[in-house]
Formats: sequence, C-alpha cells, structure tokens
Amino acid sequence: MYVAVKGGEQAIANAHALLASRGRGDQSQPAITPEQVREQLGVLVSRVMTEGSVYDPDLAARAISQAQGDALEAVTLMRTYRTTLPRFGTTIAIDTAGLPSERRVSATFKEIPGGQQLGATFDYTHRLLADPTEPLDLEAAVEEDEPMPRVTDLLGAGALLEPVTNHAEGEDPDPDPADLTREPTVFPMSRAERMQALARGDEGFLLGIGYSTLRGYGGTHPFVGEVRVGEVEVEFVPPELGYPVSIGRIEVTECQMVAQFVGSSEVPPMFTRGYGLAFGRSERKAMSMSLVDRSMRWEELGERKVAPANDEEFVVEHADAVAATGFVEHLKLPHYVDFQAELVLIRGIQEEIRERQAEATESEPELEEVSR
Amino acid sequence: MSEATAQEAEEIAMRQRAAGVLAGASTAELAECWNAWPNRPEVEYLRGPESGLVMVQGRIGGSGDRFNLGEATVVRATALVRGGGLATECVGTSYVLGSDPDHAGLAAVFQALLADPGQRDLVLQQVIEPLQSRQATVDAGSRAQARATTVNFFTVARENSGGVEEDDE
Repeated sequence: MYVAVKGGEQAIANAHALLASRGRGDQSQPAITPEQVREQLGVLVSRVMTEGSVYDPDLAARAISQAQGDALEAVTLMRTYRTTLPRFGTTIAIDTAGLPSERRVSATFKEIPGGQQLGATFDYTHRLLADPTEPLDLEAAVEEDEPMPRVTDLLGAGALLEPVTNHAEGEDPDPDPADLTREPTVFPMSRAERMQALARGDEGFLLGIGYSTLRGYGGTHPFVGEVRVGEVEVEFVPPELGYPVSIGRIEVTECQMVAQFVGSSEVPPMFTRGYGLAFGRSERKAMSMSLVDRSMRWEELGERKVAPANDEEFVVEHADAVAATGFVEHLKLPHYVDFQAELVLIRGIQEEIRERQAEATESEPELEEVSR
Repeated sequence: MSEATAQEAEEIAMRQRAAGVLAGASTAELAECWNAWPNRPEVEYLRGPESGLVMVQGRIGGSGDRFNLGEATVVRATALVRGGGLATECVGTSYVLGSDPDHAGLAAVFQALLADPGQRDLVLQQVIEPLQSRQATVDAGSRAQARATTVNFFTVARENSGGVEEDDE
C-alpha cells in the first residue's frame, strides 16, 4: 500500500541543487556541451537512442548530459520525452541493403561480393589505455564501390538457409506488426513483437542471456553471417501527399546470425536465422539480440524449451531497463507505512512466541522433578 | 500511360528528389539558400513547424516480416508563399527527421516555391542541385574512407596438418 508522504520540499530542492553541482564537477574545468557528447560519445548516444526507442542524436546527447552519464537514466528521459509527442505515422520499412555500409563483415565466408569492410571498429585494437591523440590522417581508397549483397541471400539462394519468411498460403504475406507501445503485451508474442521488445531491451541483459545460449543453456553454436553498420534512408508517406518521400537518414547496425538446425521429417537440415537491428553503432546489442531472437524460436523450429533464453515471457518481461529500473529503484523510496505494518506483525508474532515459551518454563520445574 | 499521368509522375519524382535533398541538407545550408533568395515572398505557415514522431519499421532478416524498431523524431511544416516573384499563392509541405523546426520550415518554403512554374527552375538550380552535389561529395568522401578499411583475410594451413585435417576456420 502506498501512502503519500508530505514535507521535505526544502531538502529535496537542496538535494537536486547538490546533484547539479556534482554533475558540473570542478568549475575550473569547461562544461561539456551536448554537441560534444553527440560527436565524441557516439556509441553511448546510440545505446540511449536504441533503448530509449527514439532516434534523435541531439536529444540523446542532451539526455546523457542531464543524466551525468547514467545510460539508463538517459534512456528513461528519452522514453518520457517521447510520450509528449504525437505520432505522425509509420515509415516504410527501412532497406538495410539500400545504401553502402560503412562496416560490413562476415564470419562465415572469407570472400564475399563487396568484400569485408572493417569500418570504424574496436575489433583488432589492442585494448590498451593510450594517451588521447588527435585523429589520424585517414587514407581514402581509390577503388570504386562495389555492391554488397546480403550474405544471407547468398546462402539462401542455395536453400542452405531457411527462407526469410514462412507464411502459409492464404496468410497475409506482409502482416502489420502489433505495436507494444500501444497494445497490451500478450504471450505468446509474434516474432515481430518480440523483435520490438528486444530492440528496446537492455543491452547488458540481452548480452547476458545471449551469452548463456553460447554456454550451453539452450543454444547452438552460431556464426555471424553478416554485421552491417551504415546509414539508411528513411521513407515516409505523408497522408497529405500520398507518395513516399525521404525524410532523412538514420544510422543502424544489423546482425544476421546463422545457426544450426537438425531438420525434421518434413524439412531437410538447413541453417536457421537470428536477427538483430539497432539504432546507431550498437554492434554488441545487435549481436546479442540476434542470439536471443534465435533461441526464442524453439517452438517454431520444433526444438525443446530447456533454458531461460527459450522463455519469451521471462526474457521479454525482464529485458526492459526502464521497467526494471523503476521497480528495483522504487524500493528505496519511503515505505514507512508498509514497513510499520510488517514491524507490528513481526513484533506480535515474537511476543506470542515469548509468551508461549514463558508458559512452558513455568510448568517445567514439575516435569524436571518427575524426571529426577 | 496518358500524357497527364506521365506529367504527374514526373512532377512527383521531382518533388521526391527535392524532399530527400532538403531533408538531407543542414538547417544552416537551407538558411543560406533562403537568405540569398532574390525577391523573397511572404511566408505564412498553415501548419507548424511542429514536432512529432514516426515509428521506424525494419524487416526481420532484412527482407522478412516488418517489425517496429523504434520511433524517430520528425518536424513537419506546411508553408504558404505569396508575393515576391510568384504568379499565385503556392503551398508546400515537408517532413524532416530531427527536432529542428527551422529545418522543416525552410524545406516547406522551398517545396512551396517548387509549385510555382516561374520559380521551379530557380529552386532546382539554386537550391536542390548544389545541395545534392554537396551531399554527394560528402558521401563519396566517407565511402572512400570506409573502402580503405576493406580487408583480405587469408587462412593459414595448420602446421603438420595433412589433407583431411586441413581446416578453414
């Protein structure tokens, strides 16, 4: 039961002033601007946009500054802000193969059309602390761009990989996905609904669950078919125009995970898919998401449910950092009345036990005499 | 296709191209074009500029079923322009990703000017084409930098491995 507490206004105002002062730190240091955060902490900005579920690097940078670098606090600020805005509509689904990627690697094939392009990556760095340096001079390639077809399309063409969709005849070949932000969550979910939940989900949680599938808790050994990072054009059909227009570009990270499948009496053995997609440069998130997506497809693929990663209700209900933070962190708010009630109860029980014990000791001497 | 619909399709294609270029340009670039505009007409905003969201959808596996990836901020505006060198009043609408009302406001003005037969070529020459080629130069630069990171991995046969054990990992 929640009972309002009153008072403390001055203390709360002072606490917020102290928070702001701690956030500002040493005043002899220049303050960080949101523009600097946007430009120089791009990976954190990506995470806040992805989990905040709103693409806007400027807003995410502001949120990060305000939250003093607390990613989950910044995510919460983004989620709160989005509720103040009307939704104009839904975009045309983005085409992740549409624009040349900045980064595109495959762990399954060495030679792929378009080549392995490392892009801006932490891979192959030495993970040693170094002095901050000015950006190095970048060499630019002289060779022409080559188209980069999806690696999974190459595999799929030989029927070695399951088809990307599997709708029975008569079913809608392009169903409208339900929107978790507008409709109540009902289990079991469609794969599309799960993807939305995972896209909003906490990177750390999904990383842990994804990792568990690799360590034997219900997974198979997968391969990264392809990871792409790049900008894609966002197209939208304004109702007043009636035709699609480009409204700008967003950066996304995509991961196509390729996993094993033993096959059944009807389906020959072939590789299966897990998919991950996230805003900005969010490779760890996209990879974790694709692992968890694959492991939650056990039923569809006729596998057994053996691990936490297979349990969509468990994963989806605990992946949202805003919900998790809200519930865990509310425990520190005043619970005086709740606690008082339990205190009275426990005191009563203890009192009762003591009384019974006292009664028992009063009658004990006689027993002792008898036993002697 | 009749002549009328062919013309209509051409008109839509031109507007789509302009919308993409105006959305891709920065507010500063658009403001520069607008400040340099000769004989500027009077602008009245019929709607906005106002902020909102669009739900961005992706496709599972890149090309499968659609799913809701997350929202993106958008600003939109509908501008009416009159006076200046315009024959009639014209209306233009813009939708632009982000939270900058001026970006959508200026984009809507140029869309409105495109609707005027006397101004169209000027907008295309003075605004759309230069911004498009500037964007193309920036894109080509970042692509060339990205292409410079193309890697050729080669697998090395394990020592003492003969035939069967030889393994590409």
